[in-house]
Amino acid sequence: MKRILVGIKRVVDYNVRIRVKPDGSGVITEGVKMSINPFDEIALEEALRIKERGGTEEVVVATVGPADCQAQLRTALAMGADRALHVQAEGVIEPLVAARALLKLIEREQPLLVILGKQAIDDDNGQTGQVLAALWDRPQATYASKLEISGGTARVTREVDAGLETLEVDLPAVITTDLRLNEPRYVKLPDIMKAKKKPLETLPLAQLQVEPRQQLKLVKFEPPPQRQKGIRVKDAGELVAALKKKGLL
Amino acid sequence: MTDILIVAEHDAARLNVSTAKCVSCARALAGARVTVLVCAADAAAVAGQAAQLEGVDKVLTLENPANAPALAAVLAPQVSALAAPYALVLGPSTTFGKDLMPRVAGLLGAPQVSDIMALESPTRFRRPVYAGNALLTVESEPGTKVIGTVRMASFEAATGGGAAPIEKASVSVQLPTHTRFVSVSAAKNDRPDLQTATRVISGGRALGSADGFKILYSLADKLGAAVGASRAAVDAGYAPNEMQVGQTGKIIAPELYVAVGISGAIQHLTGIKDARTIVAINKDGEAPIFEVADIGLVGDLFQIVPEIERLI
Repeated sequence: MKRILVGIKRVVDYNVRIRVKPDGSGVITEGVKMSINPFDEIALEEALRIKERGGTEEVVVATVGPADCQAQLRTALAMGADRALHVQAEGVIEPLVAARALLKLIEREQPLLVILGKQAIDDDNGQTGQVLAALWDRPQATYASKLEISGGTARVTREVDAGLETLEVDLPAVITTDLRLNEPRYVKLPDIMKAKKKPLETLPLAQLQVEPRQQLKLVKFEPPPQRQKGIRVKDAGELVAALKKKGLL
Repeated sequence: MTDILIVAEHDAARLNVSTAKCVSCARALAGARVTVLVCAADAAAVAGQAAQLEGVDKVLTLENPANAPALAAVLAPQVSALAAPYALVLGPSTTFGKDLMPRVAGLLGAPQVSDIMALESPTRFRRPVYAGNALLTVESEPGTKVIGTVRMASFEAATGGGAAPIEKASVSVQLPTHTRFVSVSAAKNDRPDLQTATRVISGGRALGSADGFKILYSLADKLGAAVGASRAAVDAGYAPNEMQVGQTGKIIAPELYVAVGISGAIQHLTGIKDARTIVAINKDGEAPIFEVADIGLVGDLFQIVPEIERLI
């Protein structure tokens, strides 16, 4: 069966104002809205569109994390994913561990394509897709803004520092999404009801024989230095004068 | 002594300034021994430039026709084959390095520290998380090889004046053919590079159209500035993606940053936090951009921008 695997992560919603805990052990997540990482939502949307065009028969969504993550998997099912896989793991999950877990799912599901967000907006690591492609020994096309599949290959336009780069990759491959690939759909109420009946399978990390190894110790979180309060000027003339005074013009 | 390998970014003819910033990051560590690796089809020109960077101890070249243009899937097995003697393997946190280095980390089973702001010891690193709303210090186990990408806005480029020896390296690894370069398209202009410019003028959705950006280009040319854009302006098609400044675009640290018609979403502010002076011009006096601006001016940008150009 032609299948697309989409990896998602539960993160603090992008609209939440982040506050560092006074003891520096992390950021405050109690009572804070959690969502699907926005880039992963784009990944799921792309998979759903490929399915709607007849390019795949099934979209499977997966995550690695604690029991709470099932809320985001249900949202993904409501968006249109056919089934969900929850790799249950506690504590800090480094990209290498997440990638090893996803590789186990790949071996089981044999997807044609794996789509992930280019980075999670919490740890901003931006690693899992590339690490997974390395472990799987398959192509990677990161920062995708356009994806076309034909036969056994995909043509991917990537947003790079110089502009837009196009790669051709043999399938299966790992794609990571950039902002402009698509605009994810909104979830409708009836779909939320339907999603409750869709299959969601839980697999403990240990059952996949992946060791939850943490190689980087999180020593401390700190708030960033604040900028000094600035001045207001009335017009262009005052602005130019202020810039000259600072030696900037 | 800490042996550090830096993977050079280049376009076959010229070494990218991102490599010189990686050298500065590595050199901040007392007792660092820095090797720059140039993977290319013909490495001579770029290796020569890398050898001249102050603080570089050795340049290694790895020549293979498959290395041009650079593809992460092709470079990663070569870099990892050479990585054994190094405690740290660094690349720039540009789309080149962000694409490549995690693939190297994956092949080596090594941890990666992304966006290094400070190398505090061979095992201790500081980096931004949550779009720069928190700074995180992480520590690796002594003896564990660490892969890293270096945050460009946190380091000055290493200067010239060095004369490091250049050596040819060779590896015997099977290179994949499953990934093929098709094309790259980039708008050509004579303005300074956004990532290294000392002055940057950026526009937001308030510019209203691609045409509206012309007043910024005109002012930028008079100031010798680069032009950037907010995500909203890029999404609306007023400016190309390579001009995007912010969490998911370019993170920059110019002397002067002028935000024109940009409201200042957190994701945009992440990209400009390290600017020396921030100027905000916006018709909405309550816009969040004013919270970080050193100089704020509330008013109609279509009047103010041409007037500034006349006055300077």
